[in-house]
Amino acid sequence: MSNHAQPWGGGPRSLQPKTIAVAGSVLGLVAFLSAIPPFDARSPVVPVVFGIFALAAGIWALTRGVRRPGLAAIASGVLGIALGVLATRSSSGNLHVVFAADLIAQVFVFSTPLTFGALGGMVSERSGVVNVGLEGMMLMGAFWGVYGADKGGSWVVGILAALLAGGLFALIHAFWSIHLRGNQIVSGMAINFLALGVTGYFFEQLYGQKNIPAGVSTVPNVAIPGIDNLKYLGPAIGDLNLLIWVAIAFVPLSYVILFKTPIGLRLRACGEHPRAADTVGINVYAVRYAAVIISGLLAALGGAFLSIGNGGGSFTENMTEGRGFIALAAMIFGNWRPFGAWGAALLFGFSTALAFRLPVYSASAATLFQALPYVLTLIAVAGVIGRSVPPAADGQPYVRQ
Amino acid sequence: MSQAEPTANVPPEQEPSSDFAVRLGAAQRAGGLVVPVLTAVLAFLAGGIVVAATGHNPWTAYKGIWDGAGFNWLFHVPWDTNTIHLDAFNLSQTLLTMTTLILVGLAVAFPFRCGLFNIGGQGQYLVGLIVANWVGVSFASWPTAPHVLLGIGAATLAGAAWAGIAGVLKATTGAHEVITTIMLNWIAIWGGQYLFGQGGPLQNTYNPAAPESGTIAQSARIPVFWGNSALQGLDYGFFVGIAALFVFWLILNRTTLGYELRATGFNPEAAEYGGIDVRRKFFQAMAIGGAFAGLAGALDMLGYLFQFGVLDVQASQIGFLGIAVALLGRNTAIGTGVAAFLFGGLLYGTTRGLNPNVFDPSLAGNLTSMIQGLIVLFVGADILILYVWNARRKARLPHILRPEPEPGQ
Repeated sequence: MSNHAQPWGGGPRSLQPKTIAVAGSVLGLVAFLSAIPPFDARSPVVPVVFGIFALAAGIWALTRGVRRPGLAAIASGVLGIALGVLATRSSSGNLHVVFAADLIAQVFVFSTPLTFGALGGMVSERSGVVNVGLEGMMLMGAFWGVYGADKGGSWVVGILAALLAGGLFALIHAFWSIHLRGNQIVSGMAINFLALGVTGYFFEQLYGQKNIPAGVSTVPNVAIPGIDNLKYLGPAIGDLNLLIWVAIAFVPLSYVILFKTPIGLRLRACGEHPRAADTVGINVYAVRYAAVIISGLLAALGGAFLSIGNGGGSFTENMTEGRGFIALAAMIFGNWRPFGAWGAALLFGFSTALAFRLPVYSASAATLFQALPYVLTLIAVAGVIGRSVPPAADGQPYVRQ
Repeated sequence: MSQAEPTANVPPEQEPSSDFAVRLGAAQRAGGLVVPVLTAVLAFLAGGIVVAATGHNPWTAYKGIWDGAGFNWLFHVPWDTNTIHLDAFNLSQTLLTMTTLILVGLAVAFPFRCGLFNIGGQGQYLVGLIVANWVGVSFASWPTAPHVLLGIGAATLAGAAWAGIAGVLKATTGAHEVITTIMLNWIAIWGGQYLFGQGGPLQNTYNPAAPESGTIAQSARIPVFWGNSALQGLDYGFFVGIAALFVFWLILNRTTLGYELRATGFNPEAAEYGGIDVRRKFFQAMAIGGAFAGLAGALDMLGYLFQFGVLDVQASQIGFLGIAVALLGRNTAIGTGVAAFLFGGLLYGTTRGLNPNVFDPSLAGNLTSMIQGLIVLFVGADILILYVWNARRKARLPHILRPEPEPGQ
């Protein structure tokens, strides 16, 4: 139970099979990648061989008692073989449409709001406050971000406005959850409804039929010299939005803060056992307030990415369209850990990016593909592939004595 | 030493304050009414402030919504034929919306009484809608009564099954129902878009370019009893909604199952100790809740929608409103009915019912979301509302509710 909750296993003894299992998962991915551009193996033997190695690694790790990564390696091997063989059977032209190099760029585009949201949700829930209001805080960030960028004339003002709006709604959620000790899910859902109404109302009031003027200052892309002209790497990561890099940077940053610093230890203590944390002198209320507000700021950044990051300075009512809930799913699927959440966000972003290209094969299948993140999360919380376990005191109001 | 002694001691302790106890009981019962009413009043006030702050007249806005909801009809004199037809039509539409809201509200309220929070009303509603559409389009040769009943029955079961997934997961693995129902919502939303979309199994057969479902057969339509059936009159489904309130009350308050569900809701450990199979109750509570939402989908599909498109699936939000309805109604039958009436009027009165010259419906529709959010927010803070209320009452009736001074003071 507590074994897989540790970052990367305990000592060297448990490191070995775990490393093999992770390598197996990677091999499963390689099995699939070998059959698609730019590698383009046209013989089904190639993915099958890689897949079998992945399966072997998974089974070996499983017999050594490394359950979750072992099963992941096996699943990855099976999927790698299946998808790889499918790809070798598919026409090369279609493959090049679906797996063009800018698919990777799109995966980052789709996963960035999820990454921000998932990291935000993680910070809040690690401190013991459930945050189902991510969607609303994200929506607030999206609208007030573009409003600030429009009226302030600079995307920096837009980001600040987004942070302010997201933080304000997070503050409401924090006050309700921490001081009023209300049901945290109720106040989270209230934040979602309220954000939908507030952003929609003010969008209609301030812009209405006029819509948002063209040429609103947006967060710039970062062209990496030397990479942006390379053949596959260039379209993939050579010219990504600044906020995408910020999101990626926040992943290791939050890992270090959460698991390697006293601040992180305090935060996690409040989420696992607030009374014990209180006893050793940690101000549980202050920590939780800070955590919830940070989660609102992060979610708002994700929303701002939608409107003034990748969105090119636009807004539509209910712009987030459930991304806050996918972020919540990514956080759970990632087991309330930074890299896990990021990995899940990338996976979900990948499935969305792929869904936009799959219509070359079948339009209706592509739609169904969009449900994949939710199905995977359902499986994850049900505990079929290793349970996702929330912090012990998640969702429980704390009464200081 | 004997058991009689402690019981004998109780009355003298209560006696000096028996008058107080009676009045406190009355006050608490009134509090059950006061909190929701105050909640709604505060939410409408806050909404009015936003309307006023953005340069509109909140009075005309709310008056427009009131008229749009057709509430005027209730205060009409029969010989005034000037506007009565429009008011009657608007009220019938409000009642149509209310029917749906009653059922999606019960879908939240029922599991809530067992300690479960069903966020998945929207998904269960959609599943009911989809199944009812499938039944309505198929079996076109059937007579009306069995066709409608089959549609309603199948959709209700489908809603129950969809919510039952969350119940089973809660019972077997302990997966939190909030997470699983949120996921099931989105699976239903994307599943619906797949089924009704281009090339989907339930797409209509007459226009392959339109991502819409087929139109249900005449035999599957619930007859209209008020208004013109060509103009979306009020159908007999309304009485099903009202009856559902009674069924809800009956199950919870007059059956063993209801007793066990409420016991589980109060304290699962104690219920388990008392011999109740708590895991089974979790499943039953979710499934019955989902049945209400599936029924809502069936009544909407067979009553007035008749067909549904991909865009409708994306835009549909009514299942989420069930949360606000149930919470405002304090998860009781009567409360849910009243809250559904209020929200039904608000929803219809701010959208199609609203005269666009009085108040812009695109603003008003968002005002509904705002009021909905504020109501849920305030319900979540009933401590705050009660505090405000009690502070006011304490000031007025100091001899009733002034707390006893604590010994240490």
